[in-house]
Amino acid sequence: MKEKNFDATLGRVKTAMESGSRAPMWALVFETVVKILTGFVVAALAFILFTIITKGGPHVSWEFLSQPPRDTGMAGGVWPAIFGTFFVVLFMIMMAIPLGVFGAVYLVEYSRGGFAARVIRAAVSNLAGVPSIVFGLFGLGFFVLFVGRNLDYMVYDIPRSESELVEKRARLEANRTELEAEARTGAEAEAARRQLAPEEAQAFVAQRVVEATIPSTRPVFGQGAMFWAAATLALLVLPVIIVSTEEALRAVPLSLREASYALGSTKWQMVRNIVLPMARSGILTGAILAVSRGAGELAPVLFVGVAAFKPDLPLTDPVDFGLFEVPVVNPFTSFMHLNYHIYTLATQSPDPDATRGLQFATTAVLVLLTVALNLAAIRLRNLYSARNR
Amino acid sequence: MVDATSLRSRLRHPPSLAQVYREKAIEALLSVCATVSLVAIFLIFLFLFKEGIIAFKLAGVGDFIVAKISEVTFDPVTEEFTKTETTGYVWQPVSDQPKLSFVPLVWGSLLIAALAATVSTIVGIACGLYLSEMAGRKLRGRLKPLMELLVSIPTVVIGFFMLAIIAYPLRAFADWAGAALAPILGDWVSSIYTDTFNAFIGALGVSIVIIPVIASLVDDSLQSVPQDLRDGSFALGATRWQTSWRVVLPAGFSGVAAAVILGFGRALGETMIVVMCAGNAAQLSANPFDSVTTMTARIATEMGTAGVGSLHQHTLFLVGSTLVTVTFFLNLLAEVIVQKYRSRIVS
Repeated sequence: MKEKNFDATLGRVKTAMESGSRAPMWALVFETVVKILTGFVVAALAFILFTIITKGGPHVSWEFLSQPPRDTGMAGGVWPAIFGTFFVVLFMIMMAIPLGVFGAVYLVEYSRGGFAARVIRAAVSNLAGVPSIVFGLFGLGFFVLFVGRNLDYMVYDIPRSESELVEKRARLEANRTELEAEARTGAEAEAARRQLAPEEAQAFVAQRVVEATIPSTRPVFGQGAMFWAAATLALLVLPVIIVSTEEALRAVPLSLREASYALGSTKWQMVRNIVLPMARSGILTGAILAVSRGAGELAPVLFVGVAAFKPDLPLTDPVDFGLFEVPVVNPFTSFMHLNYHIYTLATQSPDPDATRGLQFATTAVLVLLTVALNLAAIRLRNLYSARNR
Repeated sequence: MVDATSLRSRLRHPPSLAQVYREKAIEALLSVCATVSLVAIFLIFLFLFKEGIIAFKLAGVGDFIVAKISEVTFDPVTEEFTKTETTGYVWQPVSDQPKLSFVPLVWGSLLIAALAATVSTIVGIACGLYLSEMAGRKLRGRLKPLMELLVSIPTVVIGFFMLAIIAYPLRAFADWAGAALAPILGDWVSSIYTDTFNAFIGALGVSIVIIPVIASLVDDSLQSVPQDLRDGSFALGATRWQTSWRVVLPAGFSGVAAAVILGFGRALGETMIVVMCAGNAAQLSANPFDSVTTMTARIATEMGTAGVGSLHQHTLFLVGSTLVTVTFFLNLLAEVIVQKYRSRIVS
């Protein structure tokens, strides 16, 4: 095989030499073109970063970072967008890391080269090639409309279709007196507990009584939410984590595994105590790249829970932890997102030119975030590959 | 090498039954984690097609190629309404009579992807060639992370950059050039450069994302060309350029071809850049300076407002099914080319 390659090379070089008298001149021209094109790409990167940071930088202030937007986003800050982006990425990584890392452990340590491993690897590479907007469609079709709607139906008895709505209406109508009585006693008890004024209590009870026989159609899980967005993004970044974890696991020398076995450890003890700790920095690199990718993608979450303008943070009512009462993040509401904020301000707002400064500032925040994450990942990987060399 | 399993069977104290079950349970758990991506890809295809195929029940297959258009015109002289039935490649999903021809969307996607792929093939191969063959090891080590950095910039940022920084100056330049050249060309320039946000701007933005992808893949495939070939070429007196262009690049050709195909696939699937700066007009036009829309852009802009269970929503799922099928086959093609190449060169 090698000789055949060499023959082919010899043939090519001979023809190259025969037409060779003018070759140096052309070579110079082509080499220069290649250099210019490469330089152009590097210059483009520098220009993009430079423009965004110089145009956005002056608008970034503490107020901008810590205040909610005002006037449907025409003024104010981006705190809820930063908050939303942070938590959706946090939930994403909490789902993607265990799945991706353990999946890669299975592929590398348990089923090396088997049929199952080949099929799974093919699935991973296919998943990496699926356009990100398709993940968005899947998030909507599967998580929100299928899982969410069915959860609503099972937990809160919210009808999924027109016929179920009719059926439920009939069911409520049949039990009207009982339901109304039940709602009345419940509401009266609650009004007494909350010590409402008589008129207020009366209105409260009346409202509850009316609501008791109206079938609720407002979805709880079956709507775009931070949790579904995080799940969608987790699938998107799963290949990133699996591939980088696989590489890190493969880099662990076989002799260490054998030494571990020789000392009498079981397979899982070997994986947990020897392989995973040694592959730690490689896995971390993958995780950082995944976070950067997750924070930078908008298309997958576009219809799975991002809100254009929602100045209130997606929090629950204060939860009692015994010592203190604090609100926690509510993953089943919509949320603001840095990417979506840029998109809506730049293209959906009535006067995009008026908010250019805000747009550049938001873009600068997002770019700094992703660039910092990537630089960290690149540095970590360099350290790691230097150590393994 | 002695197999670890057979070794363990010879141990004086074999693992206890509880330990064996624990190991088995852990392995089962790990295999479940591994199959998530398999299940995910299966579910993606299943749900997209499930939702998309419903569109065929709500409208005929032909309606997605040629839309029926009926117009009612009022003649003030005869005071009569006349209804004319025509057909056309029109995408107007939210009118009284939804017109759902995929043709303008597919055309826009192909136009932008072809333009972007052309630009990024030339520049990407040049960058890959430079990284692998011309830059020294040290410079390569610096440039490669820069390429990765360029890939990692969020696409919304690239879209915003093209919209705010590139589109308006280009418009101004075209207006200026049109005015300056008016004595010679008449209004030719303004008739060509029609829209501020057009396919060309979109394709340029998409190229920014795809160039580093292609460059990186080309670099990888050139790096895997055996050093013997270069040495042989140099030994026969070829120059660096002759070696790179006539020996290394042909030897790594399949890898380069796969990179270009993957780049084209990425361009087809690119969403936010196209939404933000390609103009979003569903029209059939061969002029790259006309506003166009793509399959991805239509899904992104219309899915939020399409009613749950409506024909519009199912049609958008059908658009998504088309997109995922096309990219699936492109990835498969690239994979096949790479496999073929691996068996030819490396073994």
